[in-house]
Amino acid sequence: MTDLAPPVGAKRSGTELALIGFGLVLTMLAFTSVSAAYSSKFPSGLLSDGLGFIALAGVAHLAVRRFAPYADPVLLPAAIMLNGLGLVLIHRLDLASASRAKGAGVQAGTSAAPLQLVWTVIGILLFVAVLGIVRDHRRLESLTYTAMAVGLGLLVLPALLPASHSTVNGARIWIRFGGFSFQPGEIAKIALEVFFAGYLVRKRDVLALAGRRLVGITLPRGRDLGPVLVAWGASLLILTRESDLGSSLLFFGIFVAMLYVATERRSWLLIGLVLFVAGSLFAFHAIGHVHDRVEIWLHPLDPRTITDQSYQLAQGLFGQATGGIFGTGLGQGRPDLVPFANTDFIASTIGEELGLAGLMAVLVVYLLIVMRGLRAALGTRDDFGKLLGAGLAFGLALQVFVQVGGVTRLIPLTGLTLPFLSYGGSSLISNWILLALLIRISDAARRPVAPRPAAPDESATMAIKL
Amino acid sequence: MNRPLKHVAIAALLMFLALMVNSNIVQVGQASSLRANPHNVRVLYSEYSRQRGAIVVAGQDIARSVKTHDSLKYLRTYPGGKAYAPVTGYYSIVIGASGIEQTEDPILSGSDDRLFLHRIADEITGRTPRGGSVVLTLNPRAQQAAYQGLQGVKGAAVAMDPKTGAILALATSPSYDPSLLSLHNTRAINRNYKRLLKDPTRPLSNRAISEIYPPGSLFKIVTAAAAFGTGRFTPDSTIPTPTQLRLPQTNVFLRNFGGETCGNGRTDTIADSFRISCNTAFGGLGLKIGIDTLAEQAKAFGIGSSMDIPLHVAASQFAAHANRPNTALAAIGQYDDALTPLQAAQIAAAIANDGTEMKPYLVSEVRGTNAEVLSRTKPEKLRQSVTPEVAHQVASMMELVVRAGTGTAAQIPGIAVAGKTGTAQHGLTSQHLPPQAWFVSFAPADNPRVAVAVLVEDGGSLGSDATGGAVAAPIAKSVMCAVLSC
Repeated sequence: MTDLAPPVGAKRSGTELALIGFGLVLTMLAFTSVSAAYSSKFPSGLLSDGLGFIALAGVAHLAVRRFAPYADPVLLPAAIMLNGLGLVLIHRLDLASASRAKGAGVQAGTSAAPLQLVWTVIGILLFVAVLGIVRDHRRLESLTYTAMAVGLGLLVLPALLPASHSTVNGARIWIRFGGFSFQPGEIAKIALEVFFAGYLVRKRDVLALAGRRLVGITLPRGRDLGPVLVAWGASLLILTRESDLGSSLLFFGIFVAMLYVATERRSWLLIGLVLFVAGSLFAFHAIGHVHDRVEIWLHPLDPRTITDQSYQLAQGLFGQATGGIFGTGLGQGRPDLVPFANTDFIASTIGEELGLAGLMAVLVVYLLIVMRGLRAALGTRDDFGKLLGAGLAFGLALQVFVQVGGVTRLIPLTGLTLPFLSYGGSSLISNWILLALLIRISDAARRPVAPRPAAPDESATMAIKL
Repeated sequence: MNRPLKHVAIAALLMFLALMVNSNIVQVGQASSLRANPHNVRVLYSEYSRQRGAIVVAGQDIARSVKTHDSLKYLRTYPGGKAYAPVTGYYSIVIGASGIEQTEDPILSGSDDRLFLHRIADEITGRTPRGGSVVLTLNPRAQQAAYQGLQGVKGAAVAMDPKTGAILALATSPSYDPSLLSLHNTRAINRNYKRLLKDPTRPLSNRAISEIYPPGSLFKIVTAAAAFGTGRFTPDSTIPTPTQLRLPQTNVFLRNFGGETCGNGRTDTIADSFRISCNTAFGGLGLKIGIDTLAEQAKAFGIGSSMDIPLHVAASQFAAHANRPNTALAAIGQYDDALTPLQAAQIAAAIANDGTEMKPYLVSEVRGTNAEVLSRTKPEKLRQSVTPEVAHQVASMMELVVRAGTGTAAQIPGIAVAGKTGTAQHGLTSQHLPPQAWFVSFAPADNPRVAVAVLVEDGGSLGSDATGGAVAAPIAKSVMCAVLSC
């Protein structure tokens, strides 16, 4: 089954540049289309903001060329396209709220798109920095426990802070000081993926081999259940203390998947599933807002809740239904009727204005990143890289699934952001860092095998440095 | 570790597959039921973002939508302005719609079934669906004459074609500018609306069709028609015309306008009493024929029933259960009698049209998005109010009113006009409030083409000295002239 592994030894920078160009053309067309819907004038921001974004894409491309020349040429263009589309959609929603404010005769709120553009600059600069600094992903393995401390610290911090510094719209997942606010969960996710990878590489043998056979499958020993129970407990803690259903689900899912990849043992999946069901039942019965989420999911159009609790989901569904197959066209629909359309419900904005076709296309772009990420994990030659790549890529898939699934009523609504698309600085820069790591792993997977010792250690790292 | 990695890849693939299948279900499978959900505010907004059809009078738009660049893509404007406001009504995102904007909304918004094929075509060509247009029966010259005539007073004027029922003019005063309520600025709409509601002259009230007023002597048309209908009276019948009429069972006396004596103060023909509008004569006549005969005739003219033209018309009322003394008052349009100006015009039109009352209507044609006619209103007989013979008898008396009676102000050189004045007291301290001044008429008397009713509240500029003949008749004359091009 080596055919799934990526081709080795080819530099595909030209392909990447062409794909980036394609993504940029799409972004500019979308921007022009939004502007045309709102005004007959030539979009004033197309030159300044558009050229700025093109320059950023160029910088990112040059960084990949310089620091990861063998990387998969699809990853960066896909991210640039999603980020560009996100900027256009956020700008489009800005225009809608400005026009609404004008209609109501009140002062318009601050525009989100310029801020998101600033975050894009920071995100891409961090992307370049990570590529430049982390020349070999195996170096991260030495940071396993540091990553754990950072990850858990960031995750727990909002729960420890007073609510006035941590709670926005009911979810205690923020760090707020003065005008500055940050959602640490997104960075924590990456740190914990690094930790899981490093930890599982060390413990995989004992977690994989010890155990007794029972009804056809080998169950782990009781004392080896420790790590998975800790992960489970931590997830439930996030849920109860921080009311963050999405992150809770995400962390546990990533951990179980990585555990399975590390041990190749299906019993972990079974145990994970049992724990998930138990946790879900507990949450449904014991946690009020989880119960509400499920009720809303089951009956979003209930007249008793449609004007308050399920208003957002119902309006999102109405928007998607209005979009139909081809959508209303950018700037032609009313996605602004959905609360938080530029963050949690950006998928319904896509469904409404770009239609089923547009939403499918966006999902395919995500799927491309996920599959290319998993392929990099498959192709990379060290266990830590495999696990980290699998965790990063599967985490992205799970996040998109939970996020879009919630908005389209496949599963109950949670509070995650859609990577690269949603408005929000912490989410955007975390995902650019995540992408840098995936590109780093992909570069390692496709780099021609240099004569080097098989075991990864510090000297091997030096040998690879060109 | 590669085998489980492939399983993870398959799991990711399945998750995306589930998302895609589910999106298909939402955006295609359940799409139509979700779109039809009453809580879907997009329906409202899309209605506002569609190009709404125009309301047209004689080839000119009196209401039309123009493109804007805000989120509600079209702004409703009213070139017809205040003069046409009681007909067009308003179309407002805050307070809803009224008038033709409300009653003809399915056509104007494009949701009417008659526009189904257009919608399909628009869907295929990707064009935003548009609404159809509504053509009104109004005569722009008559409408302007009516609106101009009412400037400075509170009142209403209605003109119709007695042979078809087509409404040629429907004006009220004071009026309002509907575009103040069709803005896209919700705050400004609320401010404007509040100001209109607070205005003591009540500019939002459609006085022509939704308010009822004591008709006064106007009602003598009905009393005369009822009397002739019994076969016991003709215009030449002689009836008592005392200076004051004692109401039966009471010590209350009914007097003539200004306490005057009618004719010789003893007897006169019905026609002459009608000409000078003698109250004691018609009070006595009403007592002779009785409340039931009067009530039956009132009903035959449509008093007591409401209708839609398609604007809703309030029911006029007659005191059908008046006791003996009040019967005399009811016979001269006092007591509990009250008519809408449109009802008054219908009575004149029925007399003009040989006793046949045609159904009043405002919409002459409904057109599709490409101005092709989808339907055209056919004139419809509403009821036979009086026999042709009675109609001719009353008509000849009305002609006399204008030629040599209380309605001389409505004379048009070269054209015979038939009319009747009304000067109604109202309110509890009735003697002190300025009267409601009425005039109904039709012309030309021998081949009527227009019937008019004019009401001026509280005597208009003449106040307590006002009479229907002095205040309302000149307005009626200019409206008739606008139709007859004199």
